[in-house]
Amino acid sequence: MNENKHSIETRALSLWYGEFQALYNVSVDIGHGLITSLIGPSGCGKTTLLRCFNRVNERYGNVKTSGEIRILGKNIYDPDVELIELRKSVGMVFQRPNPLPISVYENVVFGLRLHTPAKELTRARLDEAVEEALTDVGLWDDLKDRLKRKATDLQLEQQQKLCIARLLPLKPEIILMDEPCSALDVEATRQIEELMLELAGRYTIVIVTHNMAQARRVSHECLFMLMGELVEHSRTEDLFINPADSRTADYIEGRFG
Amino acid sequence: MRLRELVNSKELLKEWMIEKLIWICGISAIFFVFGIFFFVFREGADYLLRGFKVTEFFTSIEWYPTSRTQVRYGALALITGTFSVTLLAMFIAVPFGLGAAVFISEFCPPRLRESLKVIIELLAAIPSVVWGFIGLTIMNSLILNLFSAPIGLNVLNGGIILALMSVPIIVSIGEDALKAVPDSYREASLALGCTRWQMIFRVLVPAARNGLLAAVLLGVGRAVGETMAVLMATGHSIRIPGGVLEPVRTLTATIAAELGEAPVHSDHYQVLFIIGILLFSITFVVNLTADLVVRGIRRK
Repeated sequence: MNENKHSIETRALSLWYGEFQALYNVSVDIGHGLITSLIGPSGCGKTTLLRCFNRVNERYGNVKTSGEIRILGKNIYDPDVELIELRKSVGMVFQRPNPLPISVYENVVFGLRLHTPAKELTRARLDEAVEEALTDVGLWDDLKDRLKRKATDLQLEQQQKLCIARLLPLKPEIILMDEPCSALDVEATRQIEELMLELAGRYTIVIVTHNMAQARRVSHECLFMLMGELVEHSRTEDLFINPADSRTADYIEGRFG
Repeated sequence: MRLRELVNSKELLKEWMIEKLIWICGISAIFFVFGIFFFVFREGADYLLRGFKVTEFFTSIEWYPTSRTQVRYGALALITGTFSVTLLAMFIAVPFGLGAAVFISEFCPPRLRESLKVIIELLAAIPSVVWGFIGLTIMNSLILNLFSAPIGLNVLNGGIILALMSVPIIVSIGEDALKAVPDSYREASLALGCTRWQMIFRVLVPAARNGLLAAVLLGVGRAVGETMAVLMATGHSIRIPGGVLEPVRTLTATIAAELGEAPVHSDHYQVLFIIGILLFSITFVVNLTADLVVRGIRRK
């Protein structure tokens, strides 16, 4: 039953980079199909928390964690968890758009090629996946004649949409976004936000943002973090209008941060 | 007030002088390269324009510069000598060098990385005559024993020595190329569920392709131009090799071996300088290609 309500559950999650503790006993349930914002001042651990969910922060080597993270009911630190499978179902969008230096087409099917045996990948199947994914992010009409173009030559907002599109053929459950709009202008930000709202429901979206107005516009729920601790987790309206914790109130009113 | 102006103008003069001095240091490289080309060309030019048989030089294997009856300058065997040794060296050095570059840049723990880099630089610092000495003694007897070859100084010996000499260049430039690939590509591919190997082969190597190619070409340049080590390790026999266990002689070794014996400004002396021009052209083209390729990366 639990699995239907929450996509991500953490229990007493603590994390250290070497000697430095970045997360303190974070326990949180992130609702299925919702957009959840992680907000808080720089260095509060929100990006660290986000990067735990697909275990991508382990690549730095000096990371220690305790506690557990259950994604779709399964603890991702269990020894039998395949990192590759985890990352297939938990996609990630980064701060700077980072399409790979290959064609638009190859960027979209990159994940499929990794996770599907080559002989199952017919041309038709790949073409279909590309059209579907690009249509979902609203790029198909712009790019359908330029699929062979190098993805790194696109405009930044198109690159960022492409970075979202390339997750979709893998049918992820969860999409993590690490300040996806901080490199984009106002118009592009608006487009990405609209896209997020369209994708919500089908996917659980967790977004880290510095922009409180953005958190307010796009998210159903908000997590406020401070110094590696989770201070408050509630519906977005409640958090902004009627924060339960005085620190949250101080932050959203701009008294610090 | 006037004192201050005086100090200022003195400072300005100093600045001006330092600027010019640095400028001369920078420009001098161009000067030297053209100077060397000019003098090498001048030494060979007379014969090149007078009696030099181009077809014989490139197609005949008969190299008899001191024959009493009929002097012949066929350099084909020397050219194939150079190319066979270089080819074998690259056959060994490219996979090793690029493999090491990938290891150092992607797999190595930081502390080991630093010591490995120091050791590889040390490898680059070994004088070529020492490499030649190793070829002459250790490699020679190894090849004699392992392959029961009639002679241990051959293409294989020279190729291995040259490979060891080119590996440091390939490693350090290849590693730079891989390091220059933005980390965001690594994160993107890992987050999509790549294994490390998939990341290396599908993302990093294509992204660093130009730099890796430049590394290989500079390795080739090193191998083509190397003299002392191949002179000592290849057996010094003028012929087109039929296999790796046959001795050869390279273009560079020929110059080194014969220039001292050839009377100054004789035909023989001038032909050796023509070989020099040929070598210069080969390395020039290889380096230029490498350079253009490297520039290609930056433009993107």
